Amino acid sequence: MIPDNLREHAVAVAVDGFDGEAITGGKQDRGEWTVEIAPGKIVSVCGFLKYDQQFIRLSTVTAVDRYPAEPRFEVVYHLYSIERNEWLRLKCRLPGVDPVIESVTSVWRSANWYEREVFDLFGIQFINHPNPRRILMPEGWEGHPLRKDYPITGYRV
Amino acid sequence: MSESGTPGQFMATLEEEQTQSGTRRMILNMGPQHPSTHGVLRLLIELDGEIITRCDPDIGYLHTGIEKEFEVKNYQQAVTLTDRVDYLAPLSNNLGYVLAVEKLLGLDIPPQAQWMRVMLAELTRLNSHLVWLGTHALDIGAMTVFLYCFREREEILRIFEMFSGQRMMTSYFRIGGLALEPPRGWAKRVKAFIDTFPSKVDEYEELLTNNRIWIGRTRGVGFISLEDMLDLGITGPMLRAAGLKVDARKDRPYSSYEKFDFVVPTRQENDVYARYQVRLEEMRQSARIITQAMEGMPSGPWKADAPHVVLPDREKMKTQMEALIYHFKIVTEGFRVPEGEVYHVIESPRGELGYYVVSDGTTHPVRVHMRTPSFGNLQAVPKMVEGILIADVIASIGSMDFVLGDTDR
Repeated sequence: MIPDNLREHAVAVAVDGFDGEAITGGKQDRGEWTVEIAPGKIVSVCGFLKYDQQFIRLSTVTAVDRYPAEPRFEVVYHLYSIERNEWLRLKCRLPGVDPVIESVTSVWRSANWYEREVFDLFGIQFINHPNPRRILMPEGWEGHPLRKDYPITGYRV
Repeated sequence: MSESGTPGQFMATLEEEQTQSGTRRMILNMGPQHPSTHGVLRLLIELDGEIITRCDPDIGYLHTGIEKEFEVKNYQQAVTLTDRVDYLAPLSNNLGYVLAVEKLLGLDIPPQAQWMRVMLAELTRLNSHLVWLGTHALDIGAMTVFLYCFREREEILRIFEMFSGQRMMTSYFRIGGLALEPPRGWAKRVKAFIDTFPSKVDEYEELLTNNRIWIGRTRGVGFISLEDMLDLGITGPMLRAAGLKVDARKDRPYSSYEKFDFVVPTRQENDVYARYQVRLEEMRQSARIITQAMEGMPSGPWKADAPHVVLPDREKMKTQMEALIYHFKIVTEGFRVPEGEVYHVIESPRGELGYYVVSDGTTHPVRVHMRTPSFGNLQAVPKMVEGILIADVIASIGSMDFVLGDTDR
């Protein structure tokens, strides 16, 4: 069910029409729209946004760690539609224990490296990712540096 | 792209496949210190004769954890980190970050600061394109161009030094305006440079545009379809050389760009030569913007009227109690930024540069994510070089204009 504050946002209404259970929340803040999506629906919603709503570019995928709050992780997608000249932020909330979400590489190939980065630095697993290994940290590195419980100086001396 | 695990495993898988299929393919390890790879990029290339059959970029050698560092700096301190991301375009990174935080704060920036930012951001574009042109030509074998480009770049760095005291790590844009008052005599210095600059671009063109070797090495090389580019996250001059007119300065103007008259150059050919033409034309357009900014520079304050964010004047601090308190608070604690999140995108010399800043209402950001153009562009390297000759790899990746500091952060 779409929250009342998203009713004036055409894209959110379209997503709601596509899948009534996909949207779990959202807001408009400082002129930017954020739509929260149920993690299980992310791939189908992204496919809909790309092919039906002209969001042909995935600008970036990143995450925010809300430690110690729960659900701890937010996976954040920024989409851009060249045709509509419009930005959209999608957000999925994941629990702190065993955070898993499906990869959107099948929709945009550019998600490949961004999701690898999120896995590398936050330890969020992406299902069906074609190449799920670290990208920035060295192979065999322990821990995920951008988590809030990872010390700024690292564990090694 | 390799479907396997580590690069070591990638090699092993390749060798195993070859033994099974009986073909002889060579695996070439290019980098991470190869002189032509512009920094510490490592490419694993599988060759069938001289044709590349597979390519796997390995990045991360310059990963310095800047995004983690943001979380322990207060908002104003963190400006210095943004310089070090893309060290060839420090002011563009300053601009992206300060605009994002100013959006969170809801600050109004006075016109003089906005115009000054536009002027210096365009000088940064010239600086970055000059380094690109010089090194790109050097890679392909035209050494003279490098010396010409660095002659002009030196003058730009001197202008930066005049403004900020620093040649490269300028940190000149601050949240709320500029770091220092524009120096006396800046207009004369910038004018002397920009009046002659278009003729310098003519000089580069004389050396390259009709040069048969240059054309032979670049025309028809490095093609990648527009669809693939959009799907793989390429932005900036690469897209414009494929005929797509996208430029954040025009599409969603920031910092008063809507008040400037300039053209977004495009080409249709979508090869290394077209990217060269697009960037050269961009240099001429940047020169136009700089001239307009210099001639029409508004007078007035150069920092916002926001005492809780911007440091007070030195004189006021010594005479007014209130200013002294603000100064003490800003220096010791930093300023609080209202809760929220913004994603601000600007057009850096390399393409789309986005800053995603999340605040929880304290003096330190919860998260700063940089969507850097080099990271997005580099991802398309395998698609671009697979199937082409090994000799064209350097020309192709050179035309992407990536900076490894920008990629790895």
